[in-house]
Amino acid sequence: MTFTSTELEVEGATGGEPGGEPATASPPASGRRLARTFLRDRVAVACCVYILLIVLMALTAPLLVKLSGYGPLEFDQSAVDPNLGGLPLGWGGGIGAEHWFGVEPGSGRDIFARIVYGARVSMTIALLATALTSTLGIVFGLVAGYFGGRVDMLISRVMEFLMAFPALIFMIAVLSALPAENRQYLLVLVISFFGWPYLARIVRGQTMSIKEREFVESAKASGATSAQIIFKEILPNLTSTIIVMTTLAVPGYVGTEAGLSFLGVGVVPPTPSWGQMIASSVPWYAVDPAYFLFPGTFLFLLVLSFTVLGDRIRKIAESGEGRV
Amino acid sequence: MIRFLVNRLLGMAVVLFLVCLFTFVIFFVLSPDPAVQICGKNCSVEAIDQIRANLGLDQPFWAQFWTFISGLFAGRTYGTGANMIECAAPCLGYSFQSSQPVTDMILQRLPVSATVAIGAAVLWLLAGVGGGLISAVREGRFADRFITGLSLTGMSIPNYVLGLSLQFLLVVTLGWLPFPQAVPFGEDPAQWFANFLMPWIVLSIGAAAVYTRLTRANVIETLQENYVRTARAKGLSPGLVWRRHALRPALTPIVTIFGMDFAGLLGGALITETVFGLNGVGKLAADSITKNDQPVIMGVTLLAAFLVVVGNMVVDLLYTTIDPRVRVGSTA
Repeated sequence: MTFTSTELEVEGATGGEPGGEPATASPPASGRRLARTFLRDRVAVACCVYILLIVLMALTAPLLVKLSGYGPLEFDQSAVDPNLGGLPLGWGGGIGAEHWFGVEPGSGRDIFARIVYGARVSMTIALLATALTSTLGIVFGLVAGYFGGRVDMLISRVMEFLMAFPALIFMIAVLSALPAENRQYLLVLVISFFGWPYLARIVRGQTMSIKEREFVESAKASGATSAQIIFKEILPNLTSTIIVMTTLAVPGYVGTEAGLSFLGVGVVPPTPSWGQMIASSVPWYAVDPAYFLFPGTFLFLLVLSFTVLGDRIRKIAESGEGRV
Repeated sequence: MIRFLVNRLLGMAVVLFLVCLFTFVIFFVLSPDPAVQICGKNCSVEAIDQIRANLGLDQPFWAQFWTFISGLFAGRTYGTGANMIECAAPCLGYSFQSSQPVTDMILQRLPVSATVAIGAAVLWLLAGVGGGLISAVREGRFADRFITGLSLTGMSIPNYVLGLSLQFLLVVTLGWLPFPQAVPFGEDPAQWFANFLMPWIVLSIGAAAVYTRLTRANVIETLQENYVRTARAKGLSPGLVWRRHALRPALTPIVTIFGMDFAGLLGGALITETVFGLNGVGKLAADSITKNDQPVIMGVTLLAAFLVVVGNMVVDLLYTTIDPRVRVGSTA
């Protein structure tokens, strides 16, 4: 899990899903046609709905918590049994009208509230990291692919170097050495630092082939600057690749954040994060399985939704306008 | 071929050197003063200075870096006179917490990690390639859809969630398996297998899923190649077409990523070993993080980087023998 390096590489390296319609047979698909194909796919729609629900949950966290009555940092000693070492009272880790998803053993903090606030953390970090890696990956990939020569060699070497790093261990090493303030932003930076080469490599390869095409040549002949050619002529042709790669990157980063938090170098307590909740449930899993099942299920479904969605978008893009 | 080898070895050395430098900078510039940490609270300035001098922390950065690098190859000594301690090569320094040599700590725990890693690799190769092949043969049918769905699930489940769920289900509720412990193979093979089974499954699930998808895509693609059609048209039996013409090119990319994934397993082992409380190198690193034991974290990081770099190189070498299209030096 965590860092899906091979995954992304593989998707890029194998290129088109075989068995798709040949490029000549299908006319370039319009946005509306793509949307229609997409909406007919029930699984993809279900994934979208789940992701939207989580986003909505993250956005309205303070409101939801008011509704449920307990904040994410509020202790509720009446919900746990001090004689049993703080085990939650009642069935399923204390599920009931008071605490919808039960409470944390020991402290009695409301799990629903922590899940809701944890969604904020997970989504913010994953989306920011995706935005940053995509920007870096696209820019460096375009520059390396378009200019070639020394520039390409330099960027490619840096990418090779970064990809030779055991990313997870390195992220842990870096994060454990850094101070704990602003951990969320540091997480984004560290994840992005090791993450951008995977997109950059694919963008670079495609740029190299696109820049040989006639329309780039004619743009050059009509006196367009390099920046204009790169961003106005080449970049639009990479849209579907980039959309697919970024959708597939999000679940990787959700998992990475949770994994790092699980190992204790991610989000700092008491700020809730799903990975961190699962980590703190380890000593309790045998007596209070609900404690890890709630964050575990939410996390799993979120990663699954993004993965399936990315997969579907890739298929649609490849059968239509995706082929360059 | 020799020139290729030398080039690769040089490149490898450069990467490893940079990795060393990078980790060193992180730990010795960014992190809090280890001397203060070792000394604890209520510590006099002199005592802190003494510790710094003993560990060589009073030296300038490059001197410290040089000592560290030369310690890797030639060993190094700590302190002076009667307090002198020898640290034989490859010396990674001493743990701030237990004062043991880091090299020994890692070596002690390596067998457990190796067992987990190798078992997981065998499992994911079997499951991934097998699943991918079945999926490709039955393309579009139920088996294919089932395996594809399963692999998407496997790719998405975080391994610590899977680990805890399996442990709860198989150990606590059903009692089919024991709580994983590092039972040596020689002691009781059956117990060894039962104890390591869950860690293997958990560590391999993600890679198995990716390999399934990759194998499936590659095999389907290869079967549409012209030479496969030619082979079929020649009247070769389907089995022979599969073995001779379809499988080899389809499986070549698997070898590439297998080398890299296997070498990178230490990262995954970190989480798996933590979940199951197995005392391997990954657990050592995870424990050192919470205790902020920098020499140990650094040692494990370097080991991991070393494995990845060596893994990449082995893959490159293997590639030249597996894929006849890549012949280095001789023809080109």
